[in-house]
Amino acid sequence: MSYIVEMLHITKDFPGIRANDDITLQIEERSIHALLGENGAGKSTLMSILFGLYQPDGGTIRVRGREVKISDPNVATSLGIGMVHQHFKLVHNFTVTENIVLGMEPRKGPIIDIREAEKRVEEISKLYGLAVDPRARIEDISVGMQQRVEILKMLYRNAEILIFDEPTAVLTPQEIHELMQIMRKLVTEGKTILLITHKLKEIKEVADVCTVLRRGKLIGTVPVSETSEARMAEMMVGRQVSFHVEKSPARPGATLLRIEHLNVKTAKGVLGVRDLSLEVRAGEVLGLCGIEGNGQTELVQAITGLTRPESGRILLRDRDITHLSIKERTDAGIGHIPEDRQKHGLVLDFTLGENFIIHNYYEPPFARYGILNRKKIQENAERLIREFDVRSGQGALTAARSMSGGNQQKAIVAREIDRSPDVFIVAQPTRGLDVGAIEYIHKRIIEERDKGKAILLVSLELDEIMDVSDRIAVIYNGSIVAIVDAASTDENQLGLMMSGAYRPATAAAAQE
Amino acid sequence: MTFEMLLQMFPIALMFAAPIILTALGGLFSERSGIVNIALEGIMMVGAFTGATVTVLLEESTPAAAWYGLLAGLAAGLVFSILHAVASINLKADQVISGTALNILAGGLTVYLCQIIFHQQRTRAFSNGIQKMTVPLLSRIPVLGRMLFIENYPTIYIAVAAVLLTWFVVYKTPLGLRMRACGEHPQAAASMGINVYRMRYFGVLVSGALGGLGGAVMVLTADIQYTLVSIHGTGFISLASLVFGKWNPFGVLGAGLFFGFSTALSFYAKDIPLLASLPGEFFYILPYLLTIVALVAFAGKSVGPKAAGEIYDSGKR
Ligand SMILES: Nc1ncnc2c1ncn2[C@@H]1O[C@H](COP(=O)(O)OP(=O)(O)O)[C@@H](O)[C@H]1O
Ligand SMILES: [Mg+2]
Repeated sequence: MSYIVEMLHITKDFPGIRANDDITLQIEERSIHALLGENGAGKSTLMSILFGLYQPDGGTIRVRGREVKISDPNVATSLGIGMVHQHFKLVHNFTVTENIVLGMEPRKGPIIDIREAEKRVEEISKLYGLAVDPRARIEDISVGMQQRVEILKMLYRNAEILIFDEPTAVLTPQEIHELMQIMRKLVTEGKTILLITHKLKEIKEVADVCTVLRRGKLIGTVPVSETSEARMAEMMVGRQVSFHVEKSPARPGATLLRIEHLNVKTAKGVLGVRDLSLEVRAGEVLGLCGIEGNGQTELVQAITGLTRPESGRILLRDRDITHLSIKERTDAGIGHIPEDRQKHGLVLDFTLGENFIIHNYYEPPFARYGILNRKKIQENAERLIREFDVRSGQGALTAARSMSGGNQQKAIVAREIDRSPDVFIVAQPTRGLDVGAIEYIHKRIIEERDKGKAILLVSLELDEIMDVSDRIAVIYNGSIVAIVDAASTDENQLGLMMSGAYRPATAAAAQE
Repeated sequence: MTFEMLLQMFPIALMFAAPIILTALGGLFSERSGIVNIALEGIMMVGAFTGATVTVLLEESTPAAAWYGLLAGLAAGLVFSILHAVASINLKADQVISGTALNILAGGLTVYLCQIIFHQQRTRAFSNGIQKMTVPLLSRIPVLGRMLFIENYPTIYIAVAAVLLTWFVVYKTPLGLRMRACGEHPQAAASMGINVYRMRYFGVLVSGALGGLGGAVMVLTADIQYTLVSIHGTGFISLASLVFGKWNPFGVLGAGLFFGFSTALSFYAKDIPLLASLPGEFFYILPYLLTIVALVAFAGKSVGPKAAGEIYDSGKR
């Protein structure tokens, strides 16, 4: 058997952590090879080594049978290796075409031949079924489209080996479906794909072979068709994982959060939330599901104070909080796991320990007479890191920016759950997390519920909504079109309601 | 204010506009590549000093001395800006601090060199700077000819040519595309095989050359010698023009002309009935006042290159 890429006994150290420990990975040509592992297992590091972003401390790499030294991404490119990064590397105010040809521009004399460039981009996008508008600006197109631009960048450079680093973490279910089709098409056109993910479903759907890493070590390589999801999950986490959330029936109490006739504008100035009313009671999880962009973001921002509604009221325990500041709302008992963790969840250039006390840095025990108590901050951080298994190179002193995305998310979840707010607004809590972490976070959310807190769970993952929620509200075009009992609905019914195609005759009937 | 007076203002306004435009274009190259360059003031001083000195020293031997002065100013600005490039690109210093240091250094350095060369704190006065000229044919165009082509300093033509050339390089060539990418998202540029360090060196050195040229132009048209106050904040006005002009060469041209006219106004204010009653000093502060007003009015609205001022870290996620 000949392999197109072989990474043999790769080792890589970072300050305080061995990210890759004697890892061997062999990739067959024209296959989709999945790389599975928890957050921080070392998947991105391994792929960054293959792409020339990092140099390994030990081990060798062979491409098409020849030993190579990939000293920078240019070498990788010339070997036909391309990478779509977890965080896109696109220039926001350039056009699609400009981003694709950057660094390899077709010329007419001294001038960039932009017509020719657009033509080439269109040709490639037709060949692989990647429809994009070559003249659109990056900042004006959706995340899914931006990802296509990243793929086109590789194809324009004639990449044969395509690395995708958690490509589905930022996509909607529809976009994920399209991406899977694109990947299959790429393989039929002769490409080889390396897919990093922790979504077992996706591996089952497209991958041929799966290599599992755990805490920097190689656990094994298995053929996907002969391995069950449960087995792969176990290899990844190192113990058995339950995919179903254990919970007793909810015992809802008084209404803690009440939203009345709320109207909220989007950033673009049109109404994103229209005349929306909703109640969340103590001791229940209300799941809010809908297709991305139907007003979820605006609703969450209005409740947490990140944006001001046009009209309507938000009541917390019958107290009108519509015009309170963010801090006043936090103090009043609202907790928030934000959708955009890097923008609203963390100060990336602060340490983990500092991020943990971002709400109450000014009060004892963290501060006294205006002076921070480093020791208490450190202790607090160590406790949360232990409890929530947040992995990082230097513990409380790690800069938030240097942590892997999943561990950043865990840090936010740890901070917010630890505050145990009365009303908990949870947006995309497990986006980008591995099954082990998902299981843990779901358990903690249910624990909060059982303590009598009111939880509003906003998620694009239908599985998560159905597993965790007690009641499910479906949002479409800025309004709640139906509220159903989680036990008495299924994916199909929700899907229809989310697309606006179907409204139950009496949405209220399911409420009690 | 009569139309005649407006026509008279043109040569003076254009004389002041030329160095502002040239220097602001320099700033454009630097910031588009991702390096904030507030050293433009100091670079202009170095260019002005060198331009004046070369002109004085060559005056005896060649009638084109002032033109050599311009070239020398350009070269000196380029060399001086290497300091900013090394500090902010290689040594990853804070760009504002490095720029401030250069501004302070420029004052001391030029006066020190004046002492050595001329034994006084300023250069000797040159007898002829750049000469005004009248463009044949074009000067016969009614009104427009009078405004732009009769008895004007040719430096404004150099400035306009530089605007066109800058636009071409920045928006039409691969070099410009790559340079802009480095100013917006250097990690993206690097992942496409572009050498961010090299592009930023290019941006800073071009800004040094244009700033040095701007300084030399200023002293050789609006002054008779270089002194510590020859530039008096024009480098900062150029930076304001860059913001005001939205980091676009034609915007810079418009902003430079605006500041040129606001400076020229101080010479004519006493002849304008409405303005004559104001104290003369008011008009000296006018360009600076307008700089502040323009910056406040445009604050938030005009956005520059996203990564300008940020230290480049290739490993940043
Ligand atoms: N540039 C870096 N500096 C320091 N530590 C790093 C760096 N990149 C990754 N790490 C650490 O190495 C480990 C593996 O990270 P990564 O490869 O990103 O994991 P994965 O992609 O599997 O989630 C993590 O603990 C992470 O914090
Ligand atoms: Mg990763």
